[in-house]
Amino acid sequence: MSEISSSPAPRPAFPWGLRTALGLAVWIGAYAALEPVSRWLVSFLPLAHDGALYAAAAFFIYEVPKVLLLLTIVVFGIGVIRTFFSVERTRAFLAGKNEFAGNVGAASLGIVTPFCSCSAVPMFLGFVSAGVPLGVTFSFLIASPMINEVALGLLFALVGWKVAATYLIFGLSVAIVAGWIIGRMHLESWLEPWVQTLRAAPVELPDRKITASERVDAGLEAVKDIVGKVWLWVVAGIAVGAFIHGYVPNGVLAAIMGREAWWSVPAAVVIGVPMYSNAAGIIPVVEALLEKGAALGTVLAFMMSVTALSLPEMIILRKVLSLRLIAVFAGTVAAGVLAVGYLFNVLFL
Amino acid sequence: MKHVKVFGPGCARCQQTADMVKAEAAKIGVEVEVEKVTDYAEIAKAGVASTPGVMIDGKLVHAGGLPKPADIQSWLK
Repeated sequence: MSEISSSPAPRPAFPWGLRTALGLAVWIGAYAALEPVSRWLVSFLPLAHDGALYAAAAFFIYEVPKVLLLLTIVVFGIGVIRTFFSVERTRAFLAGKNEFAGNVGAASLGIVTPFCSCSAVPMFLGFVSAGVPLGVTFSFLIASPMINEVALGLLFALVGWKVAATYLIFGLSVAIVAGWIIGRMHLESWLEPWVQTLRAAPVELPDRKITASERVDAGLEAVKDIVGKVWLWVVAGIAVGAFIHGYVPNGVLAAIMGREAWWSVPAAVVIGVPMYSNAAGIIPVVEALLEKGAALGTVLAFMMSVTALSLPEMIILRKVLSLRLIAVFAGTVAAGVLAVGYLFNVLFL
Repeated sequence: MKHVKVFGPGCARCQQTADMVKAEAAKIGVEVEVEKVTDYAEIAKAGVASTPGVMIDGKLVHAGGLPKPADIQSWLK
């Protein structure tokens, strides 16, 4: 048991504005130093400059600190944004909503409302028992892993805003449409029986003012928590990306992951589903694949199936959903991911 | 004597929350009885959607994430 800090918490020596400004200045300085410092480090490599190993090593040395720095700022921003949202408030907002408006609201909130996989079941029950329609709950449930906010931030920074924006729009569309369809199918009877009769007591949590300083602290805590947990995934992802960058000849991927190969999208999904990686770890791989001529839709379909359809989450959800309902859930998401893959391959020529 | 319920399916944060409540109560000299509720149905019935949740004498005061020590003290007073 770690020591619990004595209360009241000691006030930080600096006001939050100053702390944030200082932190940002350090971050910008580090980011500006990336290119010269990594170039300098790479110059010590005892390798021929036109070799594949050199290209891979240079990629790795430059990308690791770059992605970790970007990840830090993205996670910090998300940590701060999340203090404005809570599951309970989201639920209160959604309980009155019906059908399409509810699906849209649920999918959008799914991106920003914090929840981890260990709280998926209480959250699902909390929604359904408070009278949030099943389809709306599913929109939330699908959007939450599908549009990973960390992946979105990194896509924006590493691959470009067009790809990031399209990922966001289509991810939302899949969550909205899939939730809406599930709602239309009236599958409430496919919930486990004890879930169907569950009714939550209406609750009113005391409204607590969160100070700006606490929001900054929450951002820093998110960085410690998330970056501390995923940095290894990121390094592993960059290692894979570096290998692709150095060793895969230009154009080879175009043949197997290009637009011409119609089967590449379903193949990417089939390969992606059993894989589990953190979204932050998959982005460097995405970046390298795109650079080598893989089609955008195929790569995105791969990324989304790795992050959105995970076996552990389905096992957890089995406690409240019947197998049939899980199959419907997985099937709709998979179909949505396939649609995104083909659509992107047509759109981005 | 305050009756405190901590709602959560048994994750690390729920245990930590229960320990924090006991520690803060001891600090301000309030007698508490802490009960941990791990049953999913019971958690949902209490209206908790994000765990850990904290209920004091039948009133839900917190849901989602670790509570702040200062807040726990203000709830117990």
